[in-house]
Amino acid sequence: MNLFKKKYVTINTDSHASASRQAVPTIPDGVWHQCGNCGRTVYKKEIGVHKVCPKCSGCFRLTALERVALTADEGSYLECDADLAGGNPLDFPGYSEKLASLREATGINDAIVCGKCTVDGFECYVGSMDPTFIMGSMGSVVGEKLTRMFENATRDGLPAVVFTVSGGARMQEGIISLMQMAKVSAAVARHSEAGLLYVTVLTDPTTGGVTASFAMLGDVILAEPGTVVGFAGRRVIESTIKQSLPDDFQTAEFVLQHGFIDAVVPREKLKATLSKLFMLHGVKRVSVADGDERPAEVAQ
Amino acid sequence: MSIFKGKPRARPTVRPDTRTGTTAEPQPYDKVLIARKTTRPTALDLISEIFTDFMELHGDRSFGDDRAVVGGIAMLDGRPVTVIGIQRGRNIDENVLRNFGSAHPEGYRKALRLMKQAEKFGRPVVTLINTSGAFCGVGAEERGMGEAIARNLYEMSLLRVPIVSIIIGEGGSGGAIGLAAADSVWMLSNSVYSIISPEGCASILWKDSSRARDAAAIMCITAHELLDIGVVDRVFEEHPEGAENDLPSLAREIKEALVNEVSELARMDVGALVQRRYDRFRKFGS
Ligand SMILES: [Zn+2]
Repeated sequence: MNLFKKKYVTINTDSHASASRQAVPTIPDGVWHQCGNCGRTVYKKEIGVHKVCPKCSGCFRLTALERVALTADEGSYLECDADLAGGNPLDFPGYSEKLASLREATGINDAIVCGKCTVDGFECYVGSMDPTFIMGSMGSVVGEKLTRMFENATRDGLPAVVFTVSGGARMQEGIISLMQMAKVSAAVARHSEAGLLYVTVLTDPTTGGVTASFAMLGDVILAEPGTVVGFAGRRVIESTIKQSLPDDFQTAEFVLQHGFIDAVVPREKLKATLSKLFMLHGVKRVSVADGDERPAEVAQ
Repeated sequence: MSIFKGKPRARPTVRPDTRTGTTAEPQPYDKVLIARKTTRPTALDLISEIFTDFMELHGDRSFGDDRAVVGGIAMLDGRPVTVIGIQRGRNIDENVLRNFGSAHPEGYRKALRLMKQAEKFGRPVVTLINTSGAFCGVGAEERGMGEAIARNLYEMSLLRVPIVSIIIGEGGSGGAIGLAAADSVWMLSNSVYSIISPEGCASILWKDSSRARDAAAIMCITAHELLDIGVVDRVFEEHPEGAENDLPSLAREIKEALVNEVSELARMDVGALVQRRYDRFRKFGS
């Protein structure tokens, strides 16, 4: 599938996906795979393009580019600021080496990929975080790419979608990571003040400084089933209150029940749900996909 | 992507030795310990020294009244201002009441209510921050800790009145910045501001929280280090052994600075003020 506009982007999503497994496994190579959610063993080929467990519908983690591939219409994705790469602002020990090896392994420069594309024909900006890059943590590059994306979306009068997956702010960039929370939130506020739609899709896990900034600021907040959504880490809370927590604590279903998200949406229905939200908000549809281009969840 | 102006910052050398001579330059971790002292002036102590006619207002109008956050209206040299602080206790009873200065979501929502009230009446906002972090607990998660901080960051970026924040003790991560997305951010010289505690950083970095002193030395958390990289705009020198030793003179200095800063910011065109605040945070990592 030719996802990217060929002139701008040279990253091959397949090679990226396999390379990233060396860092943090999403779906390991091989015929069998044990589901992290239900614990059952499933055929890799049964997991399918959406990477969902056929036994329990649990969602396997996706890299940023796998997410883009499931979301953007073929040939529509124009990646922004792909070359933006950060340094080691506080000379944190081992951080430069870690960044270098992860760039090599994942084929991306940091924990987010941002771009402009159409989703079911609706033009929008999409930010997609990557769990394989220091657990999707937010340092200066994630903050800067998102800020630029919201500034561009505001300038172009377009909606923005962010798929979050993050352990929170990036410790290795210290206070500079903390500043990104205020920076991105301010850019989101300007986009919102311009009357533009922002949808967040929370994917597993979404925690810490990302939850406490742009993840919780969508006009509409969706989450994949079973996603961990929280501010403090589960173990931190358990050690603070000195008791263990129920299994469903901080799941997408838990935060839905407590009023903090709008809907839990299965991965296969996300694209159609975004399309519907764009339609309901009067977002301009610049192209109508042909039969082959219909999202799988509609075609099936 | 360099955030530094000019030549690289000199960094204090790591001293694994925990002994500190009385004449030696205090290491970052020494400041952490001073910032955490129970004798350190609290937000209410500073409020009573700096402002007059303080009237405390309570509640977030939604769930409850978080006593870890105090807020209200006071006079600053003849000008009404809204003052919000994170309050720590001096003893066990006070700390139970104040939850050791770790606020729940309703604390951040009370602060936001008071900031929006300040905006309505054209009052500048002053926040005084001293927290090891937002509270990590079941109720805090159920009531949306992350959403509460995110909402404050969002709303503070648009607030049409001046905001000055002062880190007066510990500035613990999201729990601190949730009240510090301000036009001017100041610190007391023995205060610290960080994304994680030195203990937490050491346990992630070296799997050994007892190496907090080493972690503090590389984390860039002291007032002067943060001044060098523009995260804070001004540092108030306190007594080397802690602000409790010179509170009246320190408070006088802070008051004078606040009076000047608030009147200068209040004179600005509102659009320019909000743009300046946007640019203040926009520069980090750009
Ligand atoms: Zn399963």
